[in-house]
Amino acid sequence: MSDKMHIKLNVNGEDHEFLAEPRDLLIYALREKLNITGPHVGCDTSHCGACTVTVDGKSVKSCTMFVAQANGAEITTIEGIGQPDALHVLQESFREHHGLQCGFCTPGMITRATKLLEENANPTEEEVRFGMAGNICRCTGYQNIVKSILAVASELNSAKEAAQ
Amino acid sequence: MNDLTPDREERSAGLKGLGCSRKRVEDARFTQGKGNYVDDVKLPGMLHGDFVRSPYAHARVVSVNKDAALALDGVVAVLTAEDLAPLNLHWMPTLAGDKQMVLADGKVLFQGQEVAFVVARDRYVAADAVELVEVEYEELPVITDPFESLKSDVVLREDLAGQTEGPHGPRKHHNHIFTWEQGDETATNQVLDGAEVVATESMYYHRTHPCPLETCGSVASMDKVNGKLTLWGTFQAPHVVRTVASLLSGIEEHNIRVISPDIGGGFGNKVGVYPGYVCSIVASIVTGQPVKWVEDRMENLMSTAFARDYWMTGKIAATKEGKITGLHCHVTADHGGFDACADPTKFPAGFMNICTGSYDIPVAYLGVDGVYTNKAPGGVSYRCSFRVTEAVYFIERMIEVLAIELNMDAAELRRINFIKKEQFPYQSALGWEYDSGDYHTAWDKALKTVDYEGLRKEQADRVEAFKRGETRKLMGVGLSFFTEIVGAGPVKNCDILGMGMFDSCEIRIHPTGSAVARLGTISQGQGHATTFAQILASEIGLSADSITIEEGDTDTAPYGLGTYGSRSTPVAGAAAAMAGRKIRAKAQMIAAYLLEVHDDDVEFDVDRFAVKGAPERFKTMKDIAYAAYNQAIPGLEPGLEAVSYYDPPNMTYPFGAYVCVMDIDVDTGVPEIRRFYALDDCGTRINPMIIEGQVHGGLTEALAVALGQEISYDKMGNVKTGTLMDFFLPTAWEVPNYETDYTVTPSPHHPIGAKGVGESPHVGGVPCFSNAVQDAFRAFGLRHTNMPHDHWRIWQTANDLGLHE
Repeated sequence: MSDKMHIKLNVNGEDHEFLAEPRDLLIYALREKLNITGPHVGCDTSHCGACTVTVDGKSVKSCTMFVAQANGAEITTIEGIGQPDALHVLQESFREHHGLQCGFCTPGMITRATKLLEENANPTEEEVRFGMAGNICRCTGYQNIVKSILAVASELNSAKEAAQ
Repeated sequence: MNDLTPDREERSAGLKGLGCSRKRVEDARFTQGKGNYVDDVKLPGMLHGDFVRSPYAHARVVSVNKDAALALDGVVAVLTAEDLAPLNLHWMPTLAGDKQMVLADGKVLFQGQEVAFVVARDRYVAADAVELVEVEYEELPVITDPFESLKSDVVLREDLAGQTEGPHGPRKHHNHIFTWEQGDETATNQVLDGAEVVATESMYYHRTHPCPLETCGSVASMDKVNGKLTLWGTFQAPHVVRTVASLLSGIEEHNIRVISPDIGGGFGNKVGVYPGYVCSIVASIVTGQPVKWVEDRMENLMSTAFARDYWMTGKIAATKEGKITGLHCHVTADHGGFDACADPTKFPAGFMNICTGSYDIPVAYLGVDGVYTNKAPGGVSYRCSFRVTEAVYFIERMIEVLAIELNMDAAELRRINFIKKEQFPYQSALGWEYDSGDYHTAWDKALKTVDYEGLRKEQADRVEAFKRGETRKLMGVGLSFFTEIVGAGPVKNCDILGMGMFDSCEIRIHPTGSAVARLGTISQGQGHATTFAQILASEIGLSADSITIEEGDTDTAPYGLGTYGSRSTPVAGAAAAMAGRKIRAKAQMIAAYLLEVHDDDVEFDVDRFAVKGAPERFKTMKDIAYAAYNQAIPGLEPGLEAVSYYDPPNMTYPFGAYVCVMDIDVDTGVPEIRRFYALDDCGTRINPMIIEGQVHGGLTEALAVALGQEISYDKMGNVKTGTLMDFFLPTAWEVPNYETDYTVTPSPHHPIGAKGVGESPHVGGVPCFSNAVQDAFRAFGLRHTNMPHDHWRIWQTANDLGLHE
């Protein structure tokens, strides 16, 4: 097809360089070129959020961004959020509060939630529900997802208060 | 002895067995993005398949020209029906006894039907090549209405022309599939004729789709060197897929390995066998390379497994006091272009004959006519046991309509007709034996918790305020009481393609006292790795944390019929308990030998066998496991393992009582769910945390279906709801918090008394949400209006009732 482009990405702290077509979507570059399979494809129309990653500090649905648009960007996926021996508090909280079932939406859900709590460190339940509305879950009915996120917010805030 | 009691409790808690809200073992992988779903499978040299699909709902396929596609760099093959015909794979059997085209054989019967399969180097090239395949169609008249279909001269299934007998009996018309009748129609009609009160209503349960977040897909890898086929796929029943793949391909079953990896939700969508699976296998055989096929969301919604689409007419007879005396139900079932319903063979309309619900109805009749139309095939059980959602919606609407007819409170009408506790096991008029229930207790608890009388008072006040012009919001109180029927078998009644619906568990205890257990089911998010270990922990006295559960690999797991219709806990869960008891029986003999007493002189105590009357003399299950491998015990083989194939004696009948309180803005049609209370009785509770999660999820899928989710077609057979832009999946913003509650009425025939819960909330939830909407308008004369109650339709209802004047 068309000429390939030289793409540089920093994903989860690691530099990658590869060739891609201008039409290649970020999600497929991550999943199929870099074997980062945490982000999933659920809808192709940026409704479901299973493909959510963080691009230069913003939540992005990677099924609706060309990898060329992300050239030079810093990207964080679920794989970069915590490590097996040092899980992110949200990863712990989703397990603690049964905030996941089949696990397909979970990487996007947790990735989005990390940004939500950066955008608003002390959200109300309504703000969590609104802030997570771009991520669809078919299994949990959201109640325990909301609970997982609010629990982390409250934990972080009490830790902050204690530190002051 | 008292000092032993806390010790026993402590030991028991340490097992994390039945009743423990154990955290899920699956979550470590899933929260770190380390799940392994089918699209994550990547093999060396793997090719990608993609379908050319029909833009027409009914057309002849005049010609398919592959030349331009094959000329594209990276395209390896383009398969059509002509290529599959020599292998006899251009058609495949459906689970309903019909057959379905794998690739269009001369004509297409629905929009999105598979016409050609392109195999290419990567997904982009495959998609390009799909555009280059030139298909010439000749349009035919389109029928999207089953009633019109039964009158039409147009023959949809020309391959069946002249066949007056189908797999389920006589066909009345060339577009008719079957008539299925249960109960006594003559006696029912006599009751209706002589009844003091008869309420009649027609309702349409719209077509929808299970739409799990992960779509369907497969990766086939034919190893021509050793003759073995490995097939990864989104299969809710991997063993059945292996058998079907063997029968279709001629490859011996031991040379086929089917793997269901992690599945991103199923809800019935992944029970059937789809053309994509077959094409990926054929393409791998043809090319000698692994071939992946994963459908996109639009393909998923257009072609794989719709649910519902039942046109139901009911007549319910009662005395003036409200005692129901008879029920008549007729269904015209739209099955689309092929009958690909996923039901046990003898039940072409699933368990629709549970439609007498939770009520003691002496006489009843059910007739179902299946009909072909130019819509996608399917008819799967979307988060329910075979058509139970339709049945429960039907009876719970008929109860409401009868309450209106009698000018009676709908909660009271239910109460006076419930099957009484002492009537169980209860023989229903349509042939089922309900195993256990205590409906009155559950109902009273529910109504008391929500202050039902207070709600009715508030609602009446609201109506008055509305009439005085003080508010534009009406209030609805939605009620539903449901009885599910789950856990198919027994084998004598239930089979899928001839395979009896038993299930299985094999357990192997390791010398150090940990274990691996494999089952014939497959989790799609239900948490089997967590809960089956809990069942086993309580049975064999080893901690659940020491028991690994494996499912979904046919090379290692014992044969089972898979996970759907809430059958995992009722059937495979029972197999797990029975396998555990076999382990325990051998462990008892080993313990007796080690303790130098007779087998009958030791007894099981949580995690050990102890000498009767001398609890300080004991051997723990860990001691026993070790001894099984390092001692020569006279009369016993070494090792400690067991397998159980469990054929359930009956199905289980979970039930529940739901109440929804809703405010409806008459001018915008927007419903606001103020409160939702769900009481579920699923018998013995294995993991309360997981039960609650299942209830939240099922209720949310119920909310979706009741309030907006549908697959709709225009007159030309175009799918109008093919993406998530049009197909309603609720987000966190639209979904309320739910209150969950329970009673416990164990199943008398299940080894641990469990009944299954995954689907109850969907089954009970849909009528509850719908009843809430409709109840809001009862005071203004509404009797029935069809789902889905989206904002526009609710506004329309208000408008039709003159509430905007």
